[in-house]
Amino acid sequence: MKQSDIRVQPEDFDFGKEYQNLRSRSGGAGALVFFAGLVRDFNAGGGLSGIVLEHYPAMTQKSLQRIAEDALRRWELAAITIIHRVGELHNHEQIVLVGVAARHRAEAFDAAQFIMDYLKTEAPFWKKEVLSSGETEWVDAKNSDHLARDRW
Amino acid sequence: MIKVLFFARIRDQVGCSELELSLPEGVSNLGELTALVKRQSDTFEAALSDQQLLVAVNQEMANPAMTIEDGDEIAYFPPVTGG
Repeated sequence: MKQSDIRVQPEDFDFGKEYQNLRSRSGGAGALVFFAGLVRDFNAGGGLSGIVLEHYPAMTQKSLQRIAEDALRRWELAAITIIHRVGELHNHEQIVLVGVAARHRAEAFDAAQFIMDYLKTEAPFWKKEVLSSGETEWVDAKNSDHLARDRW
Repeated sequence: MIKVLFFARIRDQVGCSELELSLPEGVSNLGELTALVKRQSDTFEAALSDQQLLVAVNQEMANPAMTIEDGDEIAYFPPVTGG
């Protein structure tokens, strides 16, 4: 039984299957918390048709692995799943899934937030928005993401 | 040889995704290597002078004092925006 299941892939994921997968790895856990991030269909400037997600393949897996290990050191967790998609994604598609199994809900919620806050500020992924006009624009990093991470 | 990679906005700015360099005498840390890469052209100089630029050495986040050795992989990129 693998404690951390980390995948970086262009393919979509099936939330129901991932729920069962984490549940089957969760031992005596009493709480499962999941987060799913979806592609938004708008930005401050107007409508979008989707995004392109670039990453640094040699580093991405390592970076997510380290974030999972930090979470495992910090809380008593039974299992973690992190899935992040790359490539072209259309509006409303799933981008990311984080799932955490723990004995009680407080640590499961906290660990899921911790993983997302670090993923958003340290894992080498970059989003480019595809505007309705077909033009593309790199997304700027948000200071609020750094503030969210720094609370840990 | 040193492999130098560029990602996302930084890659678009410099117009290439990868460079191979032989490590000259006198270049032993990341700060010195960055200065060397900047001298490729004005475009590199501008892109790598970005205040928010991040650098990884062998897939780990690095700072300018970090020692560089032959065979290392250096990557320059903007702040990350995944999730």
